[in-house]
Amino acid sequence: MEVGLFIPCYMDALEPEVGISTLKLLERFDVNVTYPFDQTCCGQPMTNTGCHKEAEETEKLFVKNFSSFDYIVMPSGSCTNQVRHHFDAIQQTDEVLHVRKNTYDLVEFLHDILKVASFPWANFSHKVAIHYNCNALRGLRHASMSERREPFFSKPKDLLSKVKGIEFVELERPDECCGFGGTFSIFEEGVSAKMGQDKVMDQHRSGAEYVVSADSSCLMHQKGCAMRMGVDLKYAHIAQILNGDLS
Amino acid sequence: MSDLQQEIQPKGAKIKGNKPVNQLEAANRFIAASAHQQMHDQRLWDLRKKRDAQMHLIPEWEELRDLASDIKSHTLDHLADYLEEFERNAKANGVHVHWAKDAQESNQIIAGILKEHDAKNLVKSKSMLGEECLLRQHLEEEGVTVIETDLGERIQQLDKEDPSHVVVPAVHKSRTDVSKVFVKTLNAEEGNNDVHYLATTQRETTRPYILNADAGMTGANFLVAETGAVVVCTNEGNADLSANTPPLHIVTVGIEKIIPKMEHLAVFIRLLSRSALGSPITQYTSYFSGPRKGGEMHVVLVDNGRSTRLASHKFKAGLKCIRCGACMNTCPVFRRSGGLSYGSVYAGPIGLILSPTYNVHKYRNLPFASTLNGSCTNVCPVKINLHEQIFAWRETLAEEKELSLSKRIIMTSLGKLFAHPKAYRMAVQTGDKLLSYLPHFMVYNQLNTWGRQRDIPTPPKETFHSWYAKNYMKKGKADE
Ligand code: SF4
Repeated sequence: MEVGLFIPCYMDALEPEVGISTLKLLERFDVNVTYPFDQTCCGQPMTNTGCHKEAEETEKLFVKNFSSFDYIVMPSGSCTNQVRHHFDAIQQTDEVLHVRKNTYDLVEFLHDILKVASFPWANFSHKVAIHYNCNALRGLRHASMSERREPFFSKPKDLLSKVKGIEFVELERPDECCGFGGTFSIFEEGVSAKMGQDKVMDQHRSGAEYVVSADSSCLMHQKGCAMRMGVDLKYAHIAQILNGDLS
Repeated sequence: MSDLQQEIQPKGAKIKGNKPVNQLEAANRFIAASAHQQMHDQRLWDLRKKRDAQMHLIPEWEELRDLASDIKSHTLDHLADYLEEFERNAKANGVHVHWAKDAQESNQIIAGILKEHDAKNLVKSKSMLGEECLLRQHLEEEGVTVIETDLGERIQQLDKEDPSHVVVPAVHKSRTDVSKVFVKTLNAEEGNNDVHYLATTQRETTRPYILNADAGMTGANFLVAETGAVVVCTNEGNADLSANTPPLHIVTVGIEKIIPKMEHLAVFIRLLSRSALGSPITQYTSYFSGPRKGGEMHVVLVDNGRSTRLASHKFKAGLKCIRCGACMNTCPVFRRSGGLSYGSVYAGPIGLILSPTYNVHKYRNLPFASTLNGSCTNVCPVKINLHEQIFAWRETLAEEKELSLSKRIIMTSLGKLFAHPKAYRMAVQTGDKLLSYLPHFMVYNQLNTWGRQRDIPTPPKETFHSWYAKNYMKKGKADE
């Protein structure tokens, strides 16, 4: 199985350790992981701002980098959502359709494709609150949503429950958006920060020591809020826990 | 509580003619009034929680949503036929039916009916369409006294403010704020913030208007084509008083409110109040199928941009809306910003997609007041793809050159940078250390809004890219 690894632009620049955990975690399974060297971004900042034409070349580059793989895997629900649901600026060739169809977020890939049964190397004796990125939650269906009448399910929780020692705590508003929202966090700073602060307080009240998510971008925003507010909470990407890099 | 008593209620967006409304500026002022903002957030979140509880009591909830959505889609595809059927049946019931192509025509028709009856006093129950058409202002200019009979709407009328929410128009006001308004306008007791007292004061001062009114006006939640009847849902019974007490009843309704048959009504009645307030049903669900004895009933069917929306493939589904407000209650941005910050009749997610259809330039900022989290789409009882339409609006705005200059400049540069791996690598790995490590979009604008209320991430020693080059290229695992 040939897997192309995509590391989102912000993760490459700010949280390389998450990329490293992801790469090493994937290598533990029977897959051949390659990191195409010419990758940049998935085009989300432009598309989300309505600038589809401006995203065209970025989308093309992405397809060029990744079309030869069986699967494209990335540790980011929101970038996966972008590729799967919003790669519309370019002509929909067979290659493009192949890329869109076979792009998976790390959680989905482990849960739905590899169907991983255990993470024997991982141990994490902490109280954990899960944060669901909205694109992953409602776009990729990582978990059931509180607006819908549907049975509970949660792919991140399924995976994390296979890690020794972990204890989950529940938030009062389990799937309310934290206010990151891509360029929303820049252009609508006031509301974004307020939402982030409220999210941090909810996490704090839950008794969590760690907040774990499949998306670093939300975490970066929440962590930024928590640090400024002086709230003692730690934030971790799910790849770091599943690969046993934190304990 | 004391904070809430002392804090001055923040006002809504500043409207400057046709200039784009600055929703963010108004939202920031709302957030700065932290006691009000918190109260607002909590009140609406409580409604959302009650709604969830009701939803869990109905096993077929999702099927109901599908059904409601299908009925609405079908009706929209045959809108003209159903409207004509309604007209025929309503006329047979003795109702006068009028057609208005826009707000102005609707206002003129209503003013005309009132003039014909020499009616100078109008009592009115809540109608978003009335707000949309600026009906009250128009009639007042014509010398008609208009009194709102819905509690929240009356509070807003007395305070000369627009409603901030389609279901709970004064939800942004604390009891103290209401008391202050009543002291000024209704001679209420100073400092008496008791809810019961305030509601009674409003009722007692409004009842004489109802008893002496020449005409009553209501909106409509549904029109039933099959029977030619009008259905109005309220919790205060004020629509029934407005409709039944005076001899003349005028209904003003958007053409999209029609449903084909009586049997469809049950589907919507089950969804409406549960979605709106988390109550199983509205206290009063009234069915008006003709004028009362000796009275007259008029229905004004208003288009006001609806048929244009119907013709647009992308934004047509917005016409399915039953104005339950659930999308507002669930919207994390709305709960923080307050409805008045949108500066438009319809706020929240539904407002983001409807407002630009009325005036694309004025409301061009609204589709950006969303994180595209999709909660609205999944809470909506008629399954409007709200967040997808918000997303689609952004593209339309870019195409129609209604994107702000700063957004366009940043996105054009970013698009170029991300399309060229070498240039991109240079930008990330060379130059000033901190700036070079931050994603470009974070610091591209000089304001650096990220750091105002959030700490900036500490830059790592190297990027993933260079780590990989060092550790894996040697092993021959990289692709070049
Ligand atoms: S869009 Fe849907 S949720 Fe929002 S007010 Fe209309 S019907 Fe209710």
